[in-house]
Order: sequence, then C-alpha cells, then structure tokens
Amino acid sequence: MIRASFQRAREIGAGADGLNIFLHSDESASLEEADAMKRHLESAPDAGVLAGVPVAIKDNIASLGLPTTCASRILAGYVSPFEATAITRLRANGALIVAKTNMDEFAMGSSTENSAYGPTRNPHDVRCVPGGSSGGSAAAVAAGITPIALGSETGGSVRQPAAFCGVVGVKPTYGRVSRYGLVAFASSLDQIGVLGRTVEDAALGLETIAGFDKLDSTSSDAKVPIYRLSALGGPAPETRSPDTEAIRLGRSPVPLAPSPGATTLRGVIIGKPKEYFPDSLDASTKDLCERAFDRFRSLGATIRNISLPRSPLAIPVYYILAPAEASSNLARFDGVRYGLRVDPGKGLKAMYEATRSQGFGPEVTRRVLLGTYVLSAGYYDAYYKKAQAVRTLITDDFRSVFASGVHAIFTPTTPTPAFQVGAISDPYEMYLNDIFTVTANLAGVPAMSVPIGRVRRLPVGGQIITAHFDEFTMFRVAYALEAALGAEAHQ
Amino acid sequence: MAVTRQDVLHIAELARLGVDNARADELTKELSAILAHMEVLSQIDTAGVPTTPGVGAEGTPLRPDVGERPVMERTLESFAPAMRDGFFIVPRLATHEDPAESGA
Amino acid sequence: MSRERYEMVVGLEVHVQLKTRTKAFCGCSTDFGAPPNVNTCPVCLALPGALPVLNERAVELATRAALGLGCRVNPVSVFARKNYFYPDLPKGYQISQFDQPLATGGSVVIGKNEKGGDVQIGITRLHMEEDAGKSIHDRYPGATAIDLNRAGVPLIEIVSEPDIRTSAGAGAYLRTLKQILQYLDVSDVSMEEGSLRVDANISVRPPGQATLGTKTEVKNMNSFSAVERALEAEFERQCALLDSGGKVEQQTLLWDGARETVRPSRTKEGSHDYRYFPEPDLRPLIVDEKWISDARKHLPELPEARKQRLAQEFGISHVEVEQLTATPALSDYFEAVARASGDGKSAYNWVMGEVLAALRPSGGDIAHFRVRPADLAELLNLVRDGTISHTAGKRVFGQMVETGKQAAQVAADEGLLQVGDEGAIATWVDEVLSEHPEEATRYLAGEKKLQGVLVGFVMKKSKGRADPKRVNQLLSTRGG
Repeated sequence: MIRASFQRAREIGAGADGLNIFLHSDESASLEEADAMKRHLESAPDAGVLAGVPVAIKDNIASLGLPTTCASRILAGYVSPFEATAITRLRANGALIVAKTNMDEFAMGSSTENSAYGPTRNPHDVRCVPGGSSGGSAAAVAAGITPIALGSETGGSVRQPAAFCGVVGVKPTYGRVSRYGLVAFASSLDQIGVLGRTVEDAALGLETIAGFDKLDSTSSDAKVPIYRLSALGGPAPETRSPDTEAIRLGRSPVPLAPSPGATTLRGVIIGKPKEYFPDSLDASTKDLCERAFDRFRSLGATIRNISLPRSPLAIPVYYILAPAEASSNLARFDGVRYGLRVDPGKGLKAMYEATRSQGFGPEVTRRVLLGTYVLSAGYYDAYYKKAQAVRTLITDDFRSVFASGVHAIFTPTTPTPAFQVGAISDPYEMYLNDIFTVTANLAGVPAMSVPIGRVRRLPVGGQIITAHFDEFTMFRVAYALEAALGAEAHQ
Repeated sequence: MAVTRQDVLHIAELARLGVDNARADELTKELSAILAHMEVLSQIDTAGVPTTPGVGAEGTPLRPDVGERPVMERTLESFAPAMRDGFFIVPRLATHEDPAESGA
Repeated sequence: MSRERYEMVVGLEVHVQLKTRTKAFCGCSTDFGAPPNVNTCPVCLALPGALPVLNERAVELATRAALGLGCRVNPVSVFARKNYFYPDLPKGYQISQFDQPLATGGSVVIGKNEKGGDVQIGITRLHMEEDAGKSIHDRYPGATAIDLNRAGVPLIEIVSEPDIRTSAGAGAYLRTLKQILQYLDVSDVSMEEGSLRVDANISVRPPGQATLGTKTEVKNMNSFSAVERALEAEFERQCALLDSGGKVEQQTLLWDGARETVRPSRTKEGSHDYRYFPEPDLRPLIVDEKWISDARKHLPELPEARKQRLAQEFGISHVEVEQLTATPALSDYFEAVARASGDGKSAYNWVMGEVLAALRPSGGDIAHFRVRPADLAELLNLVRDGTISHTAGKRVFGQMVETGKQAAQVAADEGLLQVGDEGAIATWVDEVLSEHPEEATRYLAGEKKLQGVLVGFVMKKSKGRADPKRVNQLLSTRGG
C-alpha cells in the first residue's frame, strides 16, 4: 500500500514542483517501515485496525523522524523530539506516516496560500486553491495518495478544504482528541481533525485517535463509541460487548450497512438554520444543499426551520479570540531554544525582532499584532472580554436548538466553491470563507463536511453539526447522505 | 476604533515583531479595517453573560507528584540554535537588564 | 528627623518555592544543583505542541500555606497567562493567577505594640504560579547563559497589605512568615538558595493622612537585612524628595548592596503590559470544601501555638522558648528530649548548650544529629539521679557524639559512674582531711568557705567520680 501511495504521489506531482502537497516525506524510510510491518504481520496477524495504511499528517502536528515546520520559516528544519498523542495512537493501530503536508503558516488562513513553502494546488483544478489551512492534507486524500489524513481545526480548517477538495472532513467536539503535540494556534478552539475519502475512513480515523489523554488537561474522558457502527442507523450501542470490541480493534469486520431506504433516518430531525442560507448564497451551492435536504426527507428525516441568531457575530468574535490566543502561543518562537535565529549582533531584543520578523509571514504577523492589540491594556474589556461573552451566546444558540429536539443541523460548508490562487487579497474577505464553519469551533460542537456535488467541476461540501460529543449521530447522518447521493456527490 | 501608527509600533514592540516604517503604515490600515468589522460586538448586550468555561465544567485534572521520564527522542543540541556547556546561549540584552528590571 | 514628618508605608511581595518533587506542570525533577538543562522536557522547554498538567502536591502545599497564614481558600481559582519576553521564560508567558487567586485575606502577627496588643500584618492574597529559569550574565562575554532547570518549579506569591510601618517591622514580618512556612513544611524558605524572594512596595505620607502616597517598587534584595536597609534608604530618598518640593514618581528601583543605595531600573515604564488572560490550556482549579476542611484539620502546629504549649508543658521561659522554636527541627528535638527525660529546664540547657555546640563545626542538621533525643534524655537522667556528675556528663556526651554509643555504656566504659557509696566517700574525705591538715583545721574551726576547696580535693582524689552532693553533705556534718 505504501508503494502505491508514493507511486500515486509521483503521478499526481505531490512535490514542490507539482501540486505541492507534501512538505516532507522519506520514501525509503516509509518503505522500510512497511516491510517491517509486513514481517510483523506474518507472525502476529493482529497489528491494528489501520495496519499498513498510509496516512498523511498536517505539518503542525509533532512527528518523530519527519520535520514539523507549520509551513513557517521560523521552524525550517525543526524535527520534534516528541510525537503527538494522535500520531502515537495511529501508529499503535498499525498506520504508517508517509508525509507531512503543506498548510497555511501556523494554521492561519483559508487557502494554503500563506505557506512559506508556496501554495498547494487543488487536484480537481490546479488553478484553484485546495482551501486551508489543512489544504495539503485535503489534497493528499483527494488525489488518492492516502485514504486518511490528519488536519487541524481552529476556524474551519479541516471542513473548508474538505469541501473544496471533495473529501470528507471531520472536526470533533472540543476536547475529544488530545491536543498534545498539535502546535497551538488558539488553544480554546484547536482540535486535530480527520480527512478521509469516505465517511467510513473518517469515522475509523477518529475512532483511533479520540479519547482521554493525561498529557492534555483539556481532553475529555467521555467514552469513545465505535463511530463506524452508526452506518447501521439507530443510536449508539449502550455498552461495549466483545463483538463491538472486536470491530473496534479490526479483528472483526463492521457489519454491512443496509442500503439507504425510507426508514434509515426515521425520527431524525434535521435543522435548517436560516442564517446559513442567506439570499446572497451562491445559487448552485444552494441547489445542491436543497438536493441534500430532499435526500434526507426521502430517508425518513424531518426537516425543521431553525435559527441560530448570533451566527453573524461569529467572524468578529473569532477574529478577536483566535489572534489573541495565538499572539500568546507564538511568543515561544523567539530563536532561543529551537528554530530559526537571526542575530544582527545588536543584543537580545534585536535578535528577537529580527528572528520573528523574518521568521513569520505577513498573515501571521498581522494576527499576532491584532491579538496583542486586543489583549493590551485599555482594550481587553472592549474586545477580548466582550468577544468571550458573545461566544457564550453563540454556544447557547446551539444548546437551545439541540435541546428543542433537533438531532443534527445541515448547512453549506462554504459560501462558494474553491477560488483561484491569488484571487483574494483582502484579509477580511479571506476570513469570510469561514463564515459557516467558525460557529462550530466557537461553540465546541462537532461538525463535518461531506461532498454533495460539483459546481463547474469544483466540489461542494455540505456540513453536518450535532451536539457536544454526539459524533455518533453526526456520522449516522453523514453515512446516510453519502449512500443516498452515491456517485452524484462527485458530479 | 481606529488604530494609529503609534499603536502599531507600540504593540509591535510588545510582540517583539520588528516592524519597519513602510510596513507600519500598511499594517495600520489593515488592522484598522479589520477592527472596524468588530465594532458590531459593542452593540450586543452581554450583561450577566458568563465567559465560556469551555466544554465540561469539571476542574482542571491534577497529576501526582512523581517524575515520569519525559520522552525526548533527540537531544537539546540537535535543535538548539546555540548551546555551550549545556546552557542555551543568547546575545546579552543591550542594557543588561535582569528579570528584576524587565518585569519578572 | 524624617520619621517625625513622614510615616513609612510598606507592603511586601514574597515568592516562595514549594518543596514538591516535580515541577508545577510537568514531571521534571525540582532537584537543586543538577547540570544545566538536564531537568527539562517538552513542556518546560516550551517546545511546539507541549501542554501543562497541574501537580497535585503543589496545590496541596499552596493550600496548606494559605490556611496556615489565616487566608480564605477560594474553591474555584483560575490560572492566567502573564505575557512578556525574557530568555529564561520559555513560553513567552508565565502561568500564574490574576483576578481569581487561590486564596485571599489572611494575616500574621509580628510582635506586640506599646500597649501590649498584637501587631498584625494583613495578607491580601496568595496565588500559585511557576518559576522562570536562570539567566547567567557574566559567564560568557557578550552573551547570557540560560538554564531552564528552574523553569516550571511551583511557586506561591504572598502579597501583604501595606500594613508595615518600619523597616524593622518588615524584617519581623519576613522572619515570622519564614518560620510559619517552615513549620508548615511547604518550602525550604532559604533566601540564599533562592527558595524565598522578596520585592517591596514603599510610599510615605504625613502621619495621620488616610490616603497613600505614590509608591515605588524596590527589588534585588537578597537577605532580610538587605530588605531593611533598602527600605530605610528609599524612605530617606522619598522624604528628601518631598521636603525639597518634589514629587515621588512611580518607578522600579534596584537595591545596590555594594553601594548601599537604590538606583532606578533601566526598563521603560509602560513596557510592563502583561496582557493577562485566562489560561486556556487549564480548566479552573477546583478545591472542594471537604478537602479544604481536612487540610485545615491536619495543619501542622504553627510556631505561636507550639511556643505557648512548650512554655506551659515544660515550664520554660518566653525567651527560652523563642530560642528553642527557631526551627521546627530544633523544637522537635527539644520536645522529644524534654518529654523523655521529664525535665524541660535541663533539656533546654543541654540542647541550647552542648547539642548546638556539637553541631556548629559540621554545620549539620539537628534532624540528623547522631545523638538521638532518647539517648540524650538517658544521659540527662543519669546526671539527674546522680549516677554521674554533671562534669562527667559532658565528657560522656562528647563520647556519644564521637562514637554513637549510648550514655550508660560510655559512662561505664570510661569509669565515670559516680560513687555515692557512703563508705567510699567517707574514706576519701578522711584521706583529704589528713592530707591537707591546715585547711582541715581551719574548716573544722568554722571557715565554711573552705568547704569548696576540700570538695575539690575529694573530687580530684576520686578522679571526679565522687558524688559532689554527698561529699558536701558529709563535710558539712563533719564540720558540725
């Protein structure tokens, strides 16, 4: 499988002179690892549910062996001495890490154009961006190089590129997946997310990495269900049995999902929030969403009109809170203990300033300044504290909708399909790409994007949002939609 | 609330970002434009609204006071820009401030 | 005199390292004296992707300190980031507590006033935070060496109310605080080792004025007496400034011990914008009420309580009990000896005398002193019931220190057992009286003052073994 993966990577041009998907990879090391695993499998057939599966990892997740640069000059060549918990868990299940993928620098961006190593191209149309900030991971999956990839989310950075690249992208509930080893951007929003070719791949990926980690004080000890069982319809099984354990560990196949029918989503109430279907929404995107709603109805679901009234405030709230936390999280990049150091020979302060101004790109600089400003004396109450309060209101909107009996919310993932490289230069206009995705990050609720069709050959994604720790229902709805759309999802 | 050039230079210093004069003007415009979009928040009534405690209202987990061998697969020297005799080495502060001075 | 025209108003901020085995947010060792950067890991090095996890024992010790200082422990407190750039602050921020600290509202009594009432210094707050690493400026020319072994060690910061009115009061506050924290066993509280650090805030005002003057901050004092001298110097400087019609500027000053002056710090004001915000990597610290009340129940005995109890139980004076409770180890030792021997006075004399004298050359710790309290008590008992003389007792003690043998053993080996036998003593007395006829005659004629001399002769003849009490008795009866 590893050989095929690198073969495909070569075909598609995953390197810097092609689509620029990979930042770092070591084919011979990966092939060696694969051989070792093959030998191990001969003597001990149970090597985990991901045995031998190639996985691509976004370059802001700490890995051993391959560098972790966050697509920034300030970490050029940095190889982490420790590994993220999510990667440890993937490898414990037999996965083979084949590459670190390109991204917007420090996860700040929605197009992967903010990389210090050049933009990544969308495999569906090389003039276009793959989305961001997990553009490289989304492209790796879209191009068929790996079936699963890890990305990260702070404001939609897994779902939006998933939508642009026509793959499945999942943001778990905040605290569902350990952040240990994820280079922090905005700590109260960050989560590692999973991209997959299919809902099944994404569900498997999330099962493997989710769960309590004592190294992350914000990780949850809520039980991790076997998400793949949601394909069977119905709620999550209450208890673990030897059968379900066998499925989880890959020792037993997942029972086949029935073909979607009129009762697959019977009793499920799907909310349609009016704030996410504005008149200004791209007409083709709106049509594809309506088609999805039709499919839901044909599967027995009830569609209910709902409102998430504070959603329009999400972008201002996000662009105060995330840069504020980022300005603090990025202070450690100072040229003292690791990474780039630029020393003009004029003392310590000059070294800090030269290192950081040469090491950070323009978007990172902009956000660190913005974040420093909103935290600074005299502005903290008006900006940061205010934004935190409005964030609570946004979260309350979701809570009341789910408390009223709605099981899942469906919206477009992005306002438009992928745009061309270089098309958007105004920073705020770029931020508006996240308009439908950031609310889920602010509220901490799980959300995922599934392909729902094409517009002028470019993929369009539909977003499913459920209540905190209810990924099971989210996958259930996603499985059903995927099966009901079939090949139409990619046409 | 418009950001002034003075503000930008001040916060650039707080953030140790070394912004040169030309860039300072650009950034002043950019940040002002971005912050203008945030003004809408000042009109929202948030009296009595708690700031989000995050998902889950239990307290921070506590770990026992035992040393578990930290996992470091590479030495400090492998990634440190400058080390000598086991110390990280940095250029001296131009005014030789010590933590008593710089606000420790 | 400045003191007549102005009143000194002082508040002190004390940072104390908690004696945990590992750091506040990671499992690295807090051991002192390791080679540079050996006790580090991704968390305290602030490597990309590392996260903090709070040390339970740090919370325990901080809570104990708060309770011992009479504070109210808040069941919910919040960690916050204090953001600034310094090479020994790896994350570029310190995890501390800001507007929701662990504890508030305590006090310590530092002495008595003229009317005999307590002088109480209020404690505004006590909060938890982590220490920074060490920056060494003079090891390599033109460079600063950074050692992060200390980065992440848990600290508590104790902030007093501006209740201190004299430099001596500041010293008394620090000594009292140190003693309490030692008795609570939460820290080594050594300024020399850096486990206790002090910053001062000082202002002046005319006596009777309610509002406070502008305060300055004084740093870089590395002993209690330096604190006292620095406060005096800054007090004089502020008074002189006001006398000449000037105004006190709010600023940070550094104590220069060599020159015995304060000098302004060179950092620009306004650059201290710490941009505090709640630490998103940690949830609020929740300490439940039951835990707090259990901790209060099991609080170690505080110095004041111990002093009163020892004075009462063992009938020793106020001055003596002050000496004996200088450290918890000393007072523990004394108490064990006093209890086992049933003689507080004697225990006091021997502990403050022989024991401390024996410890002095080696600088050893009384807790590990070779002569255990029970052994010393045994010696005291031997002396008390006359089995050996007091003088012999000192010799025995010396042997016990050197060889570790028990008192009775040493006394027997050295043949020091006192002879109280009437017959033996009578023989020696007779022999002395006949060997020193002149003194004998004069004594028997009524020169009582010669008794001491004669006793001395008997002691010499018996090689110190005669029980001097008996000798005196016998001589007296002979004298008539």
